[in-house]
Amino acid sequence: MLSVLEPGLLTTIQDLGRLHWYHIGMPPSGALDNFAFRVGNLLVGNPEDAAGLEVTYSGPSFEVTSESLIAITGADVAFTINNQPAAQWRAHTLHPGDRVSLGGVRRGARAYICLAGGITVSERLGSRSTYMLGRFGGLDGRKLEAGDALPLGTPHTAPDAMLGRSFDPTLIPVPQKELEVRVVMGMCSHRVTPDSLREFLTVDWEVSTEADRIGYRLKGPTFEFNAGERPFGAGADPSNVVDLGYPIGSIQIPGGLEAIVLLNDAVTGGGYTTIGTVITADLDLIAQASPGCHIRFHEVTINEALQARREREARIEQVRLELGIFDQAGMLGQ
Amino acid sequence: MEQGGAMSETRYDYGGDEYLLVVFSEAMDLAINFKLLSICREIERRHLPGVIEVCPANASYLVHFRPEETHPDALIRTLKDLERGIQSAETLTSRLVDIPVLFDDPWTQECAKRFADRHQDPSVSNLEYLMRVNGYSSKEEFITAYCDRPYWISMVGFVPGTAWCYRMCPPEQAIQAPKYIRPRTDTPERAVAHAGVFLCIYPVQGPGGYQMIGMSAVPVYDPEERLPDLQGRYILANAGDRWQFRPIDMDEYNDIRAQVEAGSYRYRIIEQDFRPGEYMRDPESYLKHLQEEAAHA
Repeated sequence: MLSVLEPGLLTTIQDLGRLHWYHIGMPPSGALDNFAFRVGNLLVGNPEDAAGLEVTYSGPSFEVTSESLIAITGADVAFTINNQPAAQWRAHTLHPGDRVSLGGVRRGARAYICLAGGITVSERLGSRSTYMLGRFGGLDGRKLEAGDALPLGTPHTAPDAMLGRSFDPTLIPVPQKELEVRVVMGMCSHRVTPDSLREFLTVDWEVSTEADRIGYRLKGPTFEFNAGERPFGAGADPSNVVDLGYPIGSIQIPGGLEAIVLLNDAVTGGGYTTIGTVITADLDLIAQASPGCHIRFHEVTINEALQARREREARIEQVRLELGIFDQAGMLGQ
Repeated sequence: MEQGGAMSETRYDYGGDEYLLVVFSEAMDLAINFKLLSICREIERRHLPGVIEVCPANASYLVHFRPEETHPDALIRTLKDLERGIQSAETLTSRLVDIPVLFDDPWTQECAKRFADRHQDPSVSNLEYLMRVNGYSSKEEFITAYCDRPYWISMVGFVPGTAWCYRMCPPEQAIQAPKYIRPRTDTPERAVAHAGVFLCIYPVQGPGGYQMIGMSAVPVYDPEERLPDLQGRYILANAGDRWQFRPIDMDEYNDIRAQVEAGSYRYRIIEQDFRPGEYMRDPESYLKHLQEEAAHA
């Protein structure tokens, strides 16, 4: 059991998300920084999809009532066990009564707390991820509060088996204030003038204060739309289209006044022009961006996007090998 | 437009490395929606390798896939072949669902007052505004016309349970309204609202820009699965269902609310075969036929 003493600013239970339900309007949710979350689970001997905690900007403090292992990954954050500073990106033993405390995030936006055995609240539609807007999953569909008690699963490996294992620290991404993010352009981009699309790919976009798990609002130049008759049902505003589906990572431009990148708690569809989609491998970068950060978008082809995706999997595979974990289920090799 | 929807130049495009967007038309068109629902149902039936799910929209659909199992270009080829194999919309299983609505209710009017500064004409209610831009002067006449036929669920999404409801009439008879000038930051849960050519019911309390004209007595999203008809499915809407809105008074509204709160409310749902070709040939008489069939079900 994990007893929450202080919840932090916004701490939610997440796993790798809830697939197959986008068609009812239910987004996948799940950890925004996929790499950090999966590595966190590997470090404590869990399957990659075991549920953990996603911490936003400032961390929680809690006590455990059973023997466990903990790893903290993602954003750079001060972290203590029984008031003793502890290192991120490696496993630590926890004994019953041990108190874990996270401070404010120093670099990045989201840290991940993974515990051996994972958090075992009940699954909803095949996932334990929290979707706050729909009051669904996690713990009653909400963020953690002081006094919450979270069940922990039985560790998959002997508690000491993972201790002392490490991997090449150059594999750990360092959150940046200036981000280079790759995009596959398209979808409704033909609605926007070539000049506006060129400008989109050449200027720095500033992350606004409206940046959460649903989407990141970015400040930059306005968009110009191509002239032409409005299609029936599309609405009078040139930035509106007949409502369609929005991919995770898609970039929409309501009113032509701002750009919004949709993330894992996305609204699944609507009537705004979408001009492209951030490639899956680079959504981790946005997950660690905070208000005031700058994003520069680079257009890539679909095959470059797929190559970037393979490279991310190769990095995970390398972490797994260096930690001595040899199969997808996260079980320890002999 | 040919029977069942003729389409030219279907556009296949990448939505990053995990999604494909397939656009049939830039405009809303029921015939096109009928056909794309047939295509989406066929994609699901085939269990194509790598396809996680397909999400139909008004005049397009989105496919979510795993590129490790299928290259997007290979998937596009498969989808093009599949589209060629479906020449006209097939018969669709479509549920007719009764939606009791309290029009001109106090809650959405209170909400409209709070956000008066974001509206085109705050001197009238959203309902009166919708009446005026569509040329109606009598509230009763407008509500009767508004509810004189079922609405086609052409798309589900936004948040769980949001359904785009399209009045089943020729485009020139569509009831239309602009969205709020600036979106509200709040809308009551179950508000019935209209913008563009669509009606929607807000599944949860939250921001919104549609013109609010009433309150549904019944929920369209049930995350706690309290109602027997929503157990295991969480939401009321299926794309391809028809919703019949029925004006009710405050007494009936309160009565249904009590049943919903007690978890005993049962939706009135009649499952029917819907033949897009027959609808396209003669919408009025086909709707009448379906209505008579439903009355005897």
